[in-house]
This record gives sequence, structure tokens and C-alpha cells, in this order.
Amino acid sequence: MSQTAHLASAAAMDAEPAILLDKVNKWYGAMHVLRDVSMSVAQKERVVVCGPSGSGKSTMIRCINRLESHQQGSIVVDGTELTDDLRALDTIRREVGMVFQSFNLFPHLTILENCTLAPIWVRKMPKAEAEELAMDYLKRVKIPEQAKKYPGQLSGGQQQRVAIARALCMKPRIMLFDEPTSALDPEMIKEVLDTMIGLAETGMTMVCVTHEMGFARQVADRVVFMDRGEIVEQGPPIGLFENPQTDRLKLFLSQILRGH
Amino acid sequence: MNTPASATVSATQNLPAPTRERPPADVVGPWAWARNNLFATWWSTAITLVLIYAILRASLGFVEWAVVNAIWTVPQGASGPDTSSCRAIKGIGACWAVIGEKYRFILFGRFPFDEQWRPAICVALFIGLYIVSAMRRFWRKELVLIWVVVLAAIGVLMWGGVFGMPYVGQDVWGGLPITLILSTFGLAFAFPIAVLVALGRRSTKLPAVKLLCVLYVELIRGVPLISLLFMASVMFPLFMPDGVNFDKLLRAQVAFILFAAAYLAEVVRAGLQALPKGQMEAGDALGLSYWQKTGMIILPQALRLVIPPLVNTFIAFFKDTSLVLIIGIFDVLTTGKIAVSEPTWQGFSTEVYLFLAVIYFAFCFAMSRYSSGLEREFSRSRGR
Ligand SMILES: Nc1ncnc2c1ncn2[C@@H]1O[C@H](COP(=O)(O)OP(=O)(O)O)[C@@H](O)[C@H]1O
Ligand SMILES: [Mg+2]
Repeated sequence: MSQTAHLASAAAMDAEPAILLDKVNKWYGAMHVLRDVSMSVAQKERVVVCGPSGSGKSTMIRCINRLESHQQGSIVVDGTELTDDLRALDTIRREVGMVFQSFNLFPHLTILENCTLAPIWVRKMPKAEAEELAMDYLKRVKIPEQAKKYPGQLSGGQQQRVAIARALCMKPRIMLFDEPTSALDPEMIKEVLDTMIGLAETGMTMVCVTHEMGFARQVADRVVFMDRGEIVEQGPPIGLFENPQTDRLKLFLSQILRGH
Repeated sequence: MNTPASATVSATQNLPAPTRERPPADVVGPWAWARNNLFATWWSTAITLVLIYAILRASLGFVEWAVVNAIWTVPQGASGPDTSSCRAIKGIGACWAVIGEKYRFILFGRFPFDEQWRPAICVALFIGLYIVSAMRRFWRKELVLIWVVVLAAIGVLMWGGVFGMPYVGQDVWGGLPITLILSTFGLAFAFPIAVLVALGRRSTKLPAVKLLCVLYVELIRGVPLISLLFMASVMFPLFMPDGVNFDKLLRAQVAFILFAAAYLAEVVRAGLQALPKGQMEAGDALGLSYWQKTGMIILPQALRLVIPPLVNTFIAFFKDTSLVLIIGIFDVLTTGKIAVSEPTWQGFSTEVYLFLAVIYFAFCFAMSRYSSGLEREFSRSRGR
């Protein structure tokens, strides 16, 4: 299978992959949501995950920073295996930033406070330094002038860019995105995707669940297609989109293209 | 961070807002309001007129009784005040003399008369404490210190025995200080307990803690406060070894704290439940610990959501303190009742209860106004 071949090549590319999933299984009650999912993400690699709704994309990406726990198999992030050990969990959560579909900004804190909360309390950074860092990142996502406002006063696209800045303030080595543009009005999708493209250019390791095929083509080193809890196909975006091997991917692509 | 104002206008906000003309005068303003809401149809006009008449009659009648025909002082006879003039106009005019004669007893109970300046200062301290705590610029760590100091000062003033103040036992404390002590200590201790119980009840990782919290809430909520107070005052001493005895007021206080905490816990839990799961997850993803998430993300939002029911419960418990009368503690309602039970003043309970109602109303209305102010302030700061 191409999957194992790719695993091997990814492993050869870098001695230590940023993320390594090996035969990961997960059940919600009796429902099998992840079936023998194996995947390796090299340092600085950009992976886009796509697939129909309910195929387990969110579950997989949330297992990587252990917002969900898996029941079988192993997940190693930056050399640390994910177990119930709290210290390992701590390390990984500092290394891995996450951006959610629904932004999940803290509505009672200002934009600046949203960004400085974790650096101050988790990284124990002095407040002034954390604020300087946060302003740097807010400039990078092009909204430094909103720093004193509250999330409710910002548009969806602006909120999502703040969420990206907030995650970056923890200086993560890996960024996870779970459908970052799905909750946005069409005219705001571009500003968020542009921010993500800018981030990709800095060499950040990224795993991104999205159906934005243009983004995948432009940025992704590899696209992973999931269906019913399995990784069905993966490969470079051009090859995968132009030349799908399985009926499932063909069906999915035709639906996506019709939808757009 | 000092960006020029022009920089805050982003590209999408540059479009001019559509100009809106002021609504015409017959759409807004008090007259338009009255026409639309009170006199819209002949039917609502009729109801409005009848109600206006009824309200005028009732309030004029009250003013006549409470002010015009009222007697404010009575002459002092050989054996105490002479209330015959009051009795002569009973039902026609109020006899406020009863308040003038009895307010010291109503407010401070059987506290030694010459020492009543002490509980009076205590009441002032309590009120000062409320005002300071209500101001957001005092919401700092120092506030805890202020509370400790003020409560200690109140203890010293009430008990005495130092600084040349004679010792006054708790058995003669009474009136407003009792009401304020029970409700202030009660809610101050019950609230943190309630938060912990609410968090425990939602815990997924600690089933034993969760079970304990559920049991606590259900057991306490399932019995009337009166029976808890009885248990605290009658049954509790039976379980204690001889010689060990807590004071009656303290036992009532503990019962009260336990009871209030169970109710408040459910209010707090409602707020916790209303928060989207994403808030906790965002905290997790940033690497915050459980207590960091809880203290800085979850509780600030959850508590803001439940300000109205929280204050509702506070107000209810402020008034429920009067139930301590059944175990022989004289709160301000009970002292009022005792005041009109003596032969001279028998029959003037309306005046006394009105006086008490004003006291209770002042405290409860202040709480209510404060909470709605707080709500407004919080919703403003969220930009909605
Ligand atoms: N907390 C949960 N409890 C039970 N079932 C869940 C839960 N989260 C997700 N699922 C189920 O797991 C499957 C995969 O969900 P998800 O990973 O969210 O899919 P996707 O992100 O690809 O749309 C779905 O069938 C969904 O209904
Ligand atoms: Mg999903």
C-alpha cells in the first residue's frame, strides 16, 4: 500500500518525525471512530487532512494534543509518547498549538489578555514581555490595533486570526487546525487562509483539517484523505486530487467540487 | 499600544453608515408611549382609568394614615409612656411613637443599653464592608485582608472584654447585628463552598468526589432549613462528648452555611453547564492546569452568567436568617415582635412591621440594584 511506503519515506526524511501515529484505535462507546490510523508527520511538514463529515478527522487531530485519548496504538509527538502521564501531557501541550473551528477565544478577556494568559501562567513569562510578544504576533496576523477590544467586538475572521496569534504566543513547534475557516463567512475565509499561508512559509509543522482545496494545493506537502475512521489515501495534493485511486475519494472530490 | 484612532478603523469599516433620520415625535417620547400603551383602545383606556383611581385611593389612604393622622410622640406617664392618644386613633392614624420608644430594642435586642453603641458601630462596619466589597477597584487580594480585619473588629466590639469594654455574652446579642452576622458570615463561607461543590459535582475524573457532592446537595436540599436549625441546636449537642459545647449562635451559623452552600452550588453549576465545552478545551490546548482554567476562564464567565439567580438566592437567605428565632436567637424580626408584645405597645405591630420591612427592603433592594449594575457593566465590557 502507498500508505506504508509513504511512512517509510517520511521516516527516512528526518530521523525523528514531529508526529507519529501508529495503529491508533478509538471508540466512542461501541462506535469505532479511529481504525488503525497510522501516520507520520515530518518536522516542518504541512499536512492537510480532508474527508467527509463524521469521518474522524477532528477526533484524530484532537488525539494529537490529547484533547481526546486513544485506546489502542501509540502517538508520539516530538519524541514524547502520549500517555496518562501528566508531565508528558504538559510538555506536549506546550509544544502543540491548536486552532478550533469555533475560535474559542475567551470572551471575558481582551484580545491582548487572550494572547498573554498562557505565556504568563504556563511559560511563567513576565507580563511586560508576554505583552510585547503578543503584540508582535498580533501584528503578524495584522490586527495589533484591536488589542484592547473584546472578542465579541471583532468579526469572525479577526477572531480566528486572534486565535492563531494566541496559539503562536506559546511558541509551539507544531500547529493543529481543525476546520479553521468552516465557521466563517466567505469574505473572511481568505484573510484567515492568508495568515495560515504566511505561517506555513515560516516553516511551522502544520496539520490542518480543511476542505479548502486551493489552500491544500498551495501549501500542503501531503494530503491525507480519511473516511469512516480510516486513512484511505494520502499523497502530494496534485497527484491525489488529479488522480484519485479509490472510489471513496472520487466520490468525496466530486461532492466537494459540486459544493464549491 | 497607543495606536492613533484612525488606525482602529479597518478597511471593512470604512463604508459610511446609512444615515438615519430621527424618529418623528409622535413615535417616541412619553406621550406617544402613553397613547400606545395605556390608551390604545377604549378597553385599555377603561382599565387604565380604573387602575389609576385604585392606585390613587390606596396611596392617599396610606398617606393619610401614615403621615396626616399619625402620632409621632406620646407623653411619658408615671409608669412609662402613655399610649392612650395612640389607642384613640387606632386604625385612623399610625402611632410612630412605638418606633421612637422601641427602636433601640428592635435594632439591638437585649444588648446592655449603655453599650449599644458597640453593635451600632458593628452595623456601620458591616455596611461599610458591603460598600467597599461592591466597588470593583477594591477587587484585589487586599480585600480579603480588609474582611478579616473588619470581621475581627466586629467580634471585639460585640464581645468586648478588652479595651475597657465590658464583656457581653452571645446570649444577649440580638437584633440587626444578628441578622447581619448570620447572613454575612453565612454567605461569605457558603459561596466558596458552593463553588467547590459545583466543580466537584461536574468532575469526571474523581467519581468519589462527585458522589460526595451530589449526596451533600441532595441531602441538604431535601430537608427544610428549620429542621437543620433544630438539628444544630438540639441534636448536635447530644452527639458531642460531655463538656464540649459549641455556642448556639455558632451552631446556627454552621447550619445556615451548609444550607446556603447547597443551594448556591446548584446555581453555580447551572453557570458551569452553560459554558461551551470549547472554553475548557481552548484552555487545555494552551497547557493551562485545571485550577488555572477554572479560576481564570471558567468561573469568571460562569459566575457572570448566574448573577441574577445568585443574587436571588442571596436575598432569599438574607431574609431566611429570621428563622433562627425558632432556636431562641433573636434576630431583628424577632426583637420587633417582642417589642410589641409588651402590654404598653400591644396592638401597634403594623407600625413595627412596616419599620422592619423598610430595613429588610433597604438591604435587599441594594443587593438587587447592585447586581443589575454589575450585569450591565459586564455585558458592556463584552462589547454586546
Ligand atoms: N464526544 C463524542 N461522543 C460520541 N461520539 C462522538 C464524539 N465526538 C465525535 N463523535 C463521533 O465520532 C465520529 C467522528 O467524529 P469527528 O472526528 O468529529 O468527525 P469529523 O471531524 O471528521 O467530522 C462521528 O460519528 C461523531 O458523531
Ligand atoms: Mg470535525
